[in-house]
Amino acid sequence: MHALKFDENVCAACPSADCLLKCQYMVFNKNEAHEEMMKVVKGQNSRVLQECVTCYACEEYCKRGNHPFYLISERREEKGIYTAPRPITNQWINMTQMQGKSMVGKIKDKALSSCLIPALGGLGSGEIFKDVASAMVFGAEFMCPAVHTHFAKMSVIKERLPIVIENFNQLGVKEVICLHDECYGTYTSIASAYGMNVPFQPIYYMDFLLDRLKELRNKIKPLNIKAAYQRPCSNRLIPDKHPLVKKILDFIGVELPDRKYQDENCLCCADILRSVSGYRLANDIQQRNIEDMLKTGAKYCVFNCPACQSTLSEKVAKKGLTPIHIIDLCKMAIGEKEREVQ
Amino acid sequence: MSGILKSLIEILGDRGVSNSPEELWFYSRDPGVLAPHLPDYVVAPETTEQVQKVVQLANRERIPIVPMGNGMALTGLVIPLKGGIVMDMKRMNKILEVNEKARYVVVEGGTSQGVLKAYLQDHYPRLRHSLPDAPPVTTIAANVALHGQGRLTQQYGFNSDMVTGLEVVLPTGDICKIGSPSLGPYWFSKGPTLPDLSGLFLGWLGTTGIFTKVGLKLYPNKKFRDVELFVTDRVELVSEILYKLTHLEMLEDINVWFQPKPFMFKDNFHITIYFTGDTEEEIEFKRKMIWDAVQEFIDTKDGGFMGLQFMKERLLEMPQRGVADFADVPKGGGFEYSGPITLVEHFPQYAAKVIELAAKYNVLYASSARIISGGHSMMFSISFAFNRKDPAMMNRVKNALDEATGFALEMGGIPWKPNFMEQKMTMQKMDPNTLKLLQMVKRNLDPRGIMNPGNWEVS
Repeated sequence: MHALKFDENVCAACPSADCLLKCQYMVFNKNEAHEEMMKVVKGQNSRVLQECVTCYACEEYCKRGNHPFYLISERREEKGIYTAPRPITNQWINMTQMQGKSMVGKIKDKALSSCLIPALGGLGSGEIFKDVASAMVFGAEFMCPAVHTHFAKMSVIKERLPIVIENFNQLGVKEVICLHDECYGTYTSIASAYGMNVPFQPIYYMDFLLDRLKELRNKIKPLNIKAAYQRPCSNRLIPDKHPLVKKILDFIGVELPDRKYQDENCLCCADILRSVSGYRLANDIQQRNIEDMLKTGAKYCVFNCPACQSTLSEKVAKKGLTPIHIIDLCKMAIGEKEREVQ
Repeated sequence: MSGILKSLIEILGDRGVSNSPEELWFYSRDPGVLAPHLPDYVVAPETTEQVQKVVQLANRERIPIVPMGNGMALTGLVIPLKGGIVMDMKRMNKILEVNEKARYVVVEGGTSQGVLKAYLQDHYPRLRHSLPDAPPVTTIAANVALHGQGRLTQQYGFNSDMVTGLEVVLPTGDICKIGSPSLGPYWFSKGPTLPDLSGLFLGWLGTTGIFTKVGLKLYPNKKFRDVELFVTDRVELVSEILYKLTHLEMLEDINVWFQPKPFMFKDNFHITIYFTGDTEEEIEFKRKMIWDAVQEFIDTKDGGFMGLQFMKERLLEMPQRGVADFADVPKGGGFEYSGPITLVEHFPQYAAKVIELAAKYNVLYASSARIISGGHSMMFSISFAFNRKDPAMMNRVKNALDEATGFALEMGGIPWKPNFMEQKMTMQKMDPNTLKLLQMVKRNLDPRGIMNPGNWEVS
């Protein structure tokens, strides 16, 4: 089985301890942050193993590529620590089990992956996706198993990811366009951290989106709206792709005013955190996040992840923000989708 | 034309009577696993007087008569076991009165759940009734006649506890009012402070009379309704979790369910918790109370709340269509259940029995329990799906259900809407003096044994 490639010396010599120092949910001074991380590294007991809420952010805070979050999850599993209640953890394992019920479109050299998220099927359509929509794949056989990091079940990832990669390989694809950050993060960050060979080129959907918008520039009518962006946890695995959001929104005339909880300081949708850390923390995060969005004067809340959208849509809508996925926003800009009523 | 047919036509007109084979075929069966039996006639009265005249005729001629709502009990309660007349009540579907301030409604004996729900939504949006998770065409009278449950059973008890008065045509043809309507125009009490005569009819499955009017309690219809889903994999904790939840005294409904398919539900026990409020603040306050009530199980990692994004809409449906979804897993769209009323603390034993029976008889199970009256008891449904084109599978389901009823009786439970075989099993287990009293009541009310014979028949 694949093992996490982790260099203890990198952590030992880390000058910043940013992975824990910047954590939004645990408070440390610099020395404590370093000490606690080294306990994790050495497999000792650390409060981090009990208190981490699984926001993924330390993967972004660590600029030395040493994958602190994967290590925390590995250590938790080694010690039999459940992040979420056991029945919830097992439910996720069961519901994402491969059952031979996947759906595969007309595949040539490209596949459009909608993971195991039905909502992505609808998003990957229309003019923007016209050349690849028919190459959609959906199902547990093609699902990136990254979600199990939330539950410290790295063994599930190590067991399933090689099968998923091989399933794509069997399709003979050269490129897989990932409609979910978690998929792209899996085939780049996780696969690399565990030394897994990915025999196809993962394409991040926002790269694809930006390219297509450039091709369709004649159809674009600037939307001239203000929006707040909800950055998903899995984007922390691929922080180099985060700037694409602004580029895309600029391209279609959407202003993204600065706000407190943005970029590295963003707050997650709190869906999984609700299971892991409870109602109060999830509620607090959501309230702070939405209030922060409102302070910018935004009229739209733009989502990248369907799970975030599903979690927060009703809540932001009640506060007067129109929830919309960034793909739908692009469809709106090229006149394919009606402007949402506010 | 027979004399009976002619008499029935005289009472009900041409369109109110049939003995055509295709109609008798339909009225000979229900959707469950019991064998059909043909009636001789089907009648569909429109007035209490017509019901009375048909019953008088049946009584005079000693013809069996089986009152029928929509025939969806699944346990063969409207299969005419001894032939005779099936009386389909669906044409008596008027809502006669709503007393908004006293919160009750009076309906005719064939009024459906769906008609009442729609009527209240349109005319009295601040009121609701305890809607069962059954198809909307099922009737209110049938539901209370078999001690049905509904969305408000956790708060207010069996739907039959919500009856505020009855008009019944007795097996002799007498029309009898039960409760406050026997003294005046108001339908606010089925018994108290009089001797509660409703017990002579409720739970008797149409063997002591035919309901032509039913008074029913209505309840406040709150503006908001929400749901949380708590899961645990430790069956022995279920009753303790329910104890904590019912202690809150603020929940609309609580259902506990488990099933092996789809995989996401495997190995877990799901507790669906419904709550209502007139403001969002009230809803959020209740949600907080619910979380706090079960926090200790979250802390030990033995239980947790599921994210509901993809299920919420289905869970909040009334009635919930998903209840019968699993019937189509083995294809052929059949399911039947035994639903004993029992103690909540017996949940682990019943759960183990369901799984044991499913394995023994090679059938697919889905089980659901509804908490009754704040936890005084629960209805534990032992449900098995079957393919209607597979008689062997149907037989296995029947045997599994018979064994389930035997188990429930051993555990001190009470079978709910038992079929005629389960009634016999129940009467064999019953205290002899209770059985004697049952016999006395039945013989006095129905001396010629014409009402739904084969059911609650003391030999």
